[in-house]
Amino acid sequence: MIVRVLLFARYREAAGSDSIEVMVSQDATLEALWYAVREQVPALCGEGAPLMALDCAYATGDRRVGEGQEVAFFPPVSGG
Amino acid sequence: MAALCRITEDPIHPDELARAVAGPDRGALATFAGLVRDHHGGRKVVRLEYEAYVEMAERVLLEIAEEASRRFGTPHVAIAHRVGRLAIGETSVLIAVAAPHRREALAACAFAIDRVKERAPIWKKEFYEDGAVWIEGPEIVEGRAEAP
Repeated sequence: MIVRVLLFARYREAAGSDSIEVMVSQDATLEALWYAVREQVPALCGEGAPLMALDCAYATGDRRVGEGQEVAFFPPVSGG
Repeated sequence: MAALCRITEDPIHPDELARAVAGPDRGALATFAGLVRDHHGGRKVVRLEYEAYVEMAERVLLEIAEEASRRFGTPHVAIAHRVGRLAIGETSVLIAVAAPHRREALAACAFAIDRVKERAPIWKKEFYEDGAVWIEGPEIVEGRAEAP
């Protein structure tokens, strides 16, 4: 399945876009999606674990992603 | 619960948030404002840019307001956070809590700003005279130098 992944802040700048599409197997985990993102965006290859969100809620890498769900990866937050 | 939680590109007006939480049974209004500071780690900051995952950030702000309400028994909480380009001295975040008495209002306000800094998917980029850096959590990541 093709999943559109949202990227923010430094990740967005590294990718040159606020989202990218990745091809992964059905029911892939967030971790697998992050791996696929890094294959497309070499600038992110050196990154450790990002923060991950599934449908606008924080999620861990072992969560499985279904068709049509919203996925986002981003660096540590710094609001305030 | 009266919760006004939003991400906004427009300047934040403290009075508007205060009005949103005030009521005749509330004798205390605690507010916290975060302002853009002109220095960080010995470097002169000329401006900031905030970026948010808006849809998620508004949900997280609402969760924080609800959590503060539950913990401190203060159902009237408002949180607003700016995004976009901010000049020195502008308000980046404002929290207002109204409660019958000061103690719970102050405690809920302090709790809420700590949680916003930990949880809300918002990022700050500092612009200096000779470059710019994304702030990530408590650490600075050296970014590509950019014209201010």
